[in-house]
Amino acid sequence: MFELSFMRYAFVASTFIAVVSGVIGVFVVARRISFLTHTLSEIGFAGASFAVFAGWQALNGMLLFTILSSVMVGQMSIKESRREAVISAVSALFIGLGILFLSLSNQTASSATSILFGSVVGISKQEVWQLVMLSLLVLVVVFCMYRFLKFDSFDPVGARVNGVNGTVVSVIFLILVALSVSVAAQIVGSLLIFILLTLPAAAAKYYATGTAKMIGLSILFALLGTWLGLYLGYITNWPISFFIAVIEVVIYISALYYHHQTSA
Amino acid sequence: MIPILNVENLTLAYGDKEVITGLNFQVNQGDFLVVVGENGVGKTTMVRALLGQLKPRQGQIKMPSSVKIGYVPQFRNLDSEYPLSIRDFVALNLPTSRLPWLSRDERQKIDQIVAATDLTRIAERPLGMASGGEKQRAYLAQALVADPQLLILDESTASLDNEMKYELLDLVEDFRSKGRAVLFVTHDWDLAHHYGTRYLHLAAGRATSGPISELSAIEEEE
Repeated sequence: MFELSFMRYAFVASTFIAVVSGVIGVFVVARRISFLTHTLSEIGFAGASFAVFAGWQALNGMLLFTILSSVMVGQMSIKESRREAVISAVSALFIGLGILFLSLSNQTASSATSILFGSVVGISKQEVWQLVMLSLLVLVVVFCMYRFLKFDSFDPVGARVNGVNGTVVSVIFLILVALSVSVAAQIVGSLLIFILLTLPAAAAKYYATGTAKMIGLSILFALLGTWLGLYLGYITNWPISFFIAVIEVVIYISALYYHHQTSA
Repeated sequence: MIPILNVENLTLAYGDKEVITGLNFQVNQGDFLVVVGENGVGKTTMVRALLGQLKPRQGQIKMPSSVKIGYVPQFRNLDSEYPLSIRDFVALNLPTSRLPWLSRDERQKIDQIVAATDLTRIAERPLGMASGGEKQRAYLAQALVADPQLLILDESTASLDNEMKYELLDLVEDFRSKGRAVLFVTHDWDLAHHYGTRYLHLAAGRATSGPISELSAIEEEE
C-alpha cells in the first residue's frame, strides 16, 4: 500500500498523531479532563467549519478556536461542582456555531463529514509537514515542562504546596491539548478525538505503575490502532476511523479485564 | 535557637468572617510544635496561610528565604485506581531539574528516603492499592525528598490506627532530631504529649503557647 503517495502521507501523519495523542493522553487521564477534551474537539469542529466558511485550511480554524477557548477555560479555572454544566453549555454553543458556519459556507455535506469523522487519506504533503511540525512542538514543550506537568497532573495537592504554579501549568497544558485535538482531528475527526486522546492512556494506566511506562504503552496502543486501522481501511475501503475506534475500544476493554483479574 | 518561622499579629479571614485574630508564635530549629484546639478554631486555615495559599488580612508570616516547607495532609484525592507506584509518587517532588528522567543522585536520594520511611518492600506497588498507613508514609516520604527544614502535618494521623500513628510519628521525630522542625496539627492529646516539645493552643478569641509541660492544664480546661 506504500506505493501510493497518499497512503504514505497518511501513514506519516497518523504516526505523529498517535505519538502526540499517546503522550498528551496520559496527562489528560491523570488530570481527569477527558470531558473537557471532548468539548475542545467540538470547539475544533466549530473552528474547522468557520475555516471552511472563511476559505481557510480546516486545521487553522481549529487551532484558532481551540487555543482561544483553552486559554479562556484555563483562566476561568471553573469550580468542580459547576464544571460539567459549564462545559456542556460551551460545547452546545460551539456545535451550534459549527452548524451555522457550515450552512453559511454553502458547502456540501461531505466537508462536514470529513471534519466530524476525519479524512486522513486525503491529506496533502504540505498538510503532513504542518502536522509534523505541530506534533514536534507539542512534544518539545512536554519535554521541557515534564516534571512540573507530571507533579501537577498526578498530585495537584502536593504540587501546589511545593510551589508549582498550577494555573500556569493548566493553561499551557490546555493549549497543548488544543494543539493535539486539532492535529488528531485530521485523522479520526473531531467526533472521535476520544479514541486517541483518552482510550490508549486510560488502558495504559492499568498495565503500568510508572509515568514513563504509561506513556510508552499509551503511544504503543495509539500506534497499534492507527497503523492497523489504516491498513484495514486500505484493504476493505471502510472508514479508517471506524477501525481505529474498534481497536482502541478492544484494547481498553482488555485492560479493564486485566485490571479486574489482577486486582481481584 | 535558630528561628525557622515567625508569626506576628496574624489575622486571617474569609470574607467578613475573621477566623484567627492577632496570632503570635514562633517555631525554632529542633521544635516539635503541636497545634491543638477544638474544631473550627482555624487550625487548617492557619496551615493554609503558612503554605502561602491564603493571604493574611493583617500581620506577617516571616520565614528565612532558605526555609522550605514540607507538607503532609490527612487526605489526598487519590483513588484505588491511582496508577503511580509509591516510588514514582515520592519522585514527583523533585521539580528542580528540567530533565524528564532522574539523575543517579536523585535516584539514590529516593532510595534512601523510601528506605527510611520503611517503604522499600512495597515501593513498586501502585499507591492506590496501599493501606492508609502506607499512604501516609508515602506522603511523608514525598515531602522529605525535597529536604524541607519545616514539616507541617495537618491531622496526618487522624485516619490511622494507634500503632500506625506512633510508627509514622517516630519517623517524623527522627527527622526533627536532625536539626529540623515540625508543626503538627492534631486532636490527639496523647500524641501531643508524647512527641511535642512545645504547644500552640488555638481557641476562639485567644491563643496560648508554651512548653509542652503546660499542656496538661490546657487539656483539663477543654
